[in-house]
Amino acid sequence: MELLIFFIFGGVAVLAAFLMIISWNPVAAVLNMILVMFCLAGLFVLLNAHFIAAIQILVYAGAIMVLFMFIIMLLNLRGNEPIWKSRDKNVLLSFLGFLLAVGAFIKLFSTLKASGLNQGTQIGEDFGTTALVGKILFTDYLLPFEIASILLLVAIIGAVMLAKTKID
Amino acid sequence: MEDFLITTAKVLFIFGLNMGVFAPLLTWVERKQSALMQDRIGANRADILGFSMIGLFHPIADAIKMLAKEDFIPEGANKIMHTLSPIICVVPALLTFAVIPFGGEYVIGGKHIKLVIADLDVGLIFIFAISSLATYGTVIAGWSSNNNWSLLGSLRASAQMISYEVAMGFTLVGVFMVYGSLQLTQIGAAQESFFRWGIFLQPLGFFMFLACAIAENKRAPFDVAEGESEIIAGYFLEYSGLKFGMFYMAEFLEIVTISAMVTTLFFGAWHIPFISSALILSMLSFLNETLANIILMLIHISVFWVKVIFFIWFQMTIRWTLPRFRYDQIMKLGWKILLPLSLANILVTGIVILILQ
Repeated sequence: MELLIFFIFGGVAVLAAFLMIISWNPVAAVLNMILVMFCLAGLFVLLNAHFIAAIQILVYAGAIMVLFMFIIMLLNLRGNEPIWKSRDKNVLLSFLGFLLAVGAFIKLFSTLKASGLNQGTQIGEDFGTTALVGKILFTDYLLPFEIASILLLVAIIGAVMLAKTKID
Repeated sequence: MEDFLITTAKVLFIFGLNMGVFAPLLTWVERKQSALMQDRIGANRADILGFSMIGLFHPIADAIKMLAKEDFIPEGANKIMHTLSPIICVVPALLTFAVIPFGGEYVIGGKHIKLVIADLDVGLIFIFAISSLATYGTVIAGWSSNNNWSLLGSLRASAQMISYEVAMGFTLVGVFMVYGSLQLTQIGAAQESFFRWGIFLQPLGFFMFLACAIAENKRAPFDVAEGESEIIAGYFLEYSGLKFGMFYMAEFLEIVTISAMVTTLFFGAWHIPFISSALILSMLSFLNETLANIILMLIHISVFWVKVIFFIWFQMTIRWTLPRFRYDQIMKLGWKILLPLSLANILVTGIVILILQ
C-alpha cells in the first residue's frame, strides 16, 4: 500500500516536472510546478515528516508559486513572445543547467550507495513532529539556521532598496 | 473496520452540515440580514403551493436556476483552467475542516472517540497551508477568463491575499505560544476553564485574526477584488451557472471555516463557560457511562455549532455595516498596521510567558 502511494506520488511528480519543462504556456508551467510541490509533500508525509510536508505546501505551493503566478499575470506573459521562445537557444544557460543536474545526480547516487539501499532505519515515536523539528533546528542546526535568516534579511533589505530607487 | 466507520461518519457529518445546511442556508441568511439592516423585507417570494416559509425556499430556487443556466465560457479563454478554478476555490474551504475539532474526547462503549477527522500534530500549519491554496482559484479564474476586468480583479485578489496571509500567520503565533501546541484538539482542550479562553489570553490576536481572515475571504470591507461598482464582479465576472455558484459556495464555506477557527482558538471551542465536562458527567451519573458520554458529546457538539453560528452572524453584520476600503488603504492596513502589531503581539506574549515561568 505504501509502495503504491509512493509510486503514484513519485510518478505524478516526475510527469508534472516534465510537463513543466516542455510547456509553452507560463501559467501551465507554474501549475505543473505546484503539482510537483504537492507530490513532494505527499512523499514527505509517507516518510512521517508531517511538519516538513505542511511547510512544503505552505511556503512553496502557497507563497512562492503565488508570487510566480502574480508576476506572470502582471507582465501578462502569454508564451508567444520572442524572448520566451528564445530561452531554449541560450547555450550558456543550458550548459549550466546540465552541469547542475549532473552534480545533483552524482551526489544522489553516492549518498544512496554509501547508505546501502536495503537497510531500514529506526525512527523515534515523535519523529517529524513540530516539537522535535524545532528542538533540532535550535540546537544542532542553530548556525545554519541563523545564517539562513541573515541571508533572508539581506535579501529583504536588498529588495526594499531596489524598489525604492525605482519609485523615486 | 470500526475506526473506518467512525471516520466516515465524521466526514459525512462535516460534509453534510457544510454542503447541505450552511452553504445553501447562508445565501438566504445573507439576503435576510442585509434586508433587515437596510429596512427591507428581503427574499420572500419563492413558494411551494402558496407556502413561502419566510423565503426559506429561495436556496432551492437558486439551485434550480443555477443548474438550468447556460454554462458560458468566453472566447479566447483557457477552457481547462476556466473550469478548474471554481473547484480549486471550493476544495480548500472544505478541506480545512479536516483538522478543526467539533467536540472533545468521549468514551463510548469502551472506545475513545475524538470528534475531529484528522488529529494532525501540525493542525494550524495545515490550515494555513490549505487556505493559502485558495489564492490559486481566484488568480486562475481571473487569468483564464481573458477579460481585463477579471484580470484586474484577480491581481487585486492575489496581492491582497498574499499580504494578509503573512499577517494572519503572525497573529496566530501568539495563540500557539500560549497553549504550547499546534494541535487544534489540544488548544481546544486547554480552554476548559473560562478565563483560559483565547480571547482573554490573546485579545489583540483575536481582532487581528478576524480582520485578516475576512480580508483573506475577500468580503466587504475588503472586497476590492469583486468591487461591483468598479470592476463589475472582478475575477468571477465571466462565470455563469453552477460555476458562478461555486464561487459563492466557497465564500460561504470560508465564512463557516473562519467562524469555526475563531471559536476553536479564541472562544473555548466546545466548552461551556463555568460548566466543566466533569460537572456535566457527575450530574448524569445516574446513567451508565456510555449514555452519559453520548449526552455530553451531543451537548458539546451543539455548543460548538451555536458559537460558530454566532460568528457567522457577526461576519454578516460586519459585511453589511462597513463600506469598502480603498485598495491602498487595504495594503496600508495589512503591511503597516496589522503586521507590525502582530509582531509586537508575539514579543509581548513571549515576555509575559517568560515572566510567568
